Amino acid sequence: MARILIPTPLRQFAEKQDTVEAAGATVGEVLIALTVRYPDLKKQIYNDEGKLRSFVNVYLNDDDIRYLNKDATPVSASDTLSIVPSIAGGARGI
Amino acid sequence: MPEVGMEGQLKLKNASVLLVGTGGLGAPTALYLAAAGIGRIGLVDFDVVDYTNLQRQVIHGTKDVGKPKIDSAIETMTDINPFVKLDRHEVALSSENALEILKDYDYIVDGTDNFPTRYLVNDACVLLKKPNVYGSIFRFEGQATIFAYPGGPCYRCLYPEPPPPGLVPSCAEGGVLGILPGIIGLVQATETVKLILGVGQPLVGRLMLYDALNMKFRELKLRRDPDCPACGDHPTITKLIDYQQFCGMPHREEEAKPVTTSGEIDAVELKAKLDRGDDFKLIDVREPHEFQICRIPGSTLIPLGELPKHLHELDPSAEYVMHCKMGGRSAKAVDLMKQSGFKNVRNMTGGILAWSDKVDPTVPKY
Repeated sequence: MARILIPTPLRQFAEKQDTVEAAGATVGEVLIALTVRYPDLKKQIYNDEGKLRSFVNVYLNDDDIRYLNKDATPVSASDTLSIVPSIAGGARGI
Repeated sequence: MPEVGMEGQLKLKNASVLLVGTGGLGAPTALYLAAAGIGRIGLVDFDVVDYTNLQRQVIHGTKDVGKPKIDSAIETMTDINPFVKLDRHEVALSSENALEILKDYDYIVDGTDNFPTRYLVNDACVLLKKPNVYGSIFRFEGQATIFAYPGGPCYRCLYPEPPPPGLVPSCAEGGVLGILPGIIGLVQATETVKLILGVGQPLVGRLMLYDALNMKFRELKLRRDPDCPACGDHPTITKLIDYQQFCGMPHREEEAKPVTTSGEIDAVELKAKLDRGDDFKLIDVREPHEFQICRIPGSTLIPLGELPKHLHELDPSAEYVMHCKMGGRSAKAVDLMKQSGFKNVRNMTGGILAWSDKVDPTVPKY
């Protein structure tokens, strides 16, 4: 089971959890397991073509999966996946 | 300090920094950069100080409420260090003026609060080859890094496109811990001073993530994308574009225009309707913690996220007025109800903030 860190803006779609564990041999499989458990999360991180949205990055430990093997990147039980969406707050805090 | 010395202090004195925004991030950054003795600091802001800013925008005080933020910031910074030359840019940064404003500064600090301006600042920094000291915040989390540093990534390498409006994050869960922009703003100030002095390891190619609730700092690797449209090997963005359109947002002028349609009601009309005792239901679609702060008498709380499962309890033939904090969430609620066959549903424009402004000033704003 890999650990997945859920960022604040997406926690409302994952029963307010900040950390979730999910099984899978690759990044893609872990994310599918995650979105099966939390279907509302799927629309947030994937577009209609089933690709990760361009304002959502996924990191395996501290590496961006775009520069590894993307969805096919192997995952082991000791790995941490982070979902990192863009946030824009600065002045008004909204 | 031996790492700075007279030579370092002169570097600071000879440096120029532009702060885009004097809000949550810009306020602490401005205080410390003035105190550090930066020679010239430019400020870009066109907003006015409001009481609700004071929880985090520590450069402004109660005596400044109603004043332009830029004036209030300049007053405080001059008090801290009268030898800093301060430039006023009391404008909204736009594709038309950004290159002209940014070109006169060595370093740019992005403390804005919206995606269009962030992409604008990024592209302008890439075009002008100026380092962009970036920070952004959301509730209890912050991000910081330096973009457009020679050889390093830019904002578009990290996020090629912004989220479409209405996806995440929405105003429903907006707001920030007031101290958070202090932490992130001071990371930006630290990185700016390090760049000027040429000391240490700049926060380039690394995205710092800060989580206040767990008090954790993490770091992720960032890379320059050779295919990046802005800073890649074959850039396609060679001039500034229309960033409102790029982010799928209405233009500021259009947004500001009060549009009253048959599906809307304003605060004053709502008050009259309540006073007449009309038969309708007023539904507040904010979150419970917001309802605790203030409410309009007679309203029923059904948070937007829970509305779909409560629709069957509501009579589709009855009349409804929906409201939230500013009118965004309630507009979505109106759409949802109309799609579900409700005929007589209106959105209260401006939300409870407008109610506080126009009807009952004792209703606290947040």
